[in-house]
Amino acid sequence: MRAGDWCVLTAGIVLVAVLFQQLWSHDGATRVQIRLGDTIYGTYSLNQQRDIHVEGAIGSATVSIMNGRARFSKSPCHNQYCVHQGWLSRSGQAALCLPNQLSLELIGETKNYDSLNY
Amino acid sequence: MQIKTTIEDHRIAKLAALAIALHMLEAVIPSPLPGVKPGIANIVTLYVLFKHGFASAAWVSILRVFASSLLLGQFLSPTFMLSLAGALLSLGVLWLSMHLPKKHFGTVSLSILAAFAHIAGQLIIVRLWLIPHASVAYLVPIFAMAALFFGLINGIIAHKLLYNEISITDTSPRSSHH
Repeated sequence: MRAGDWCVLTAGIVLVAVLFQQLWSHDGATRVQIRLGDTIYGTYSLNQQRDIHVEGAIGSATVSIMNGRARFSKSPCHNQYCVHQGWLSRSGQAALCLPNQLSLELIGETKNYDSLNY
Repeated sequence: MQIKTTIEDHRIAKLAALAIALHMLEAVIPSPLPGVKPGIANIVTLYVLFKHGFASAAWVSILRVFASSLLLGQFLSPTFMLSLAGALLSLGVLWLSMHLPKKHFGTVSLSILAAFAHIAGQLIIVRLWLIPHASVAYLVPIFAMAALFFGLINGIIAHKLLYNEISITDTSPRSSHH
């Protein structure tokens, strides 16, 4: 190990630490964004109690909002992964239903990963 | 028809075969998270880079990606694209970091940088093609940590191989002895 190797190793450790800190820290979410295919179906405040019925690619799904959390509560898909994922409450969390082409993403005050969005 | 081959071709073929063997070995080892792999075949790439230069290393790396995917039945599959993207980007970074002052930056530096490039290449493909969703960002820290860890280990192994002058394959012509 030469001097430069130690520098690279240290820089690597710092990079990993920063990545963990930046990408794994979450604040509470305030809104939920529902996407259908490649379009945004709608963005809803989490500060309400509401069931949203969305007509997906294979049928009608229900997204529930309650106590600042959101989840898929009903989905016509076969495997029900999206429903089993349960309540989402932190900014950046997401649930996807691939067969129905629906996805939920929670959004906080400041949106995470701006640099990765396009 | 006879294809004329040089000693260099034979050397590249032998080293690529070794890299393919390591790749195969790794393919049967179960991984806790898909995509987190030690990348031991990259030890061969590093070894070749230091011993025989960049062109040979690029050949060995690319041959390894193509041949391994054919052997595993993954040619042109997403796995292959990930492998290729990682290999190409890490070769690019190796080419750049080769020019760092040799006095300070050794095998370990290049190995860590190449490992980061490898994972960056794969994550770009994942983000743009396989899972075009921001949630991929959750995986980035884990992959980066794995890259750092295995990059370090592979770099140290490659350094030992080069420094102790253990020949990983007999690349010398049959007639000569040493």
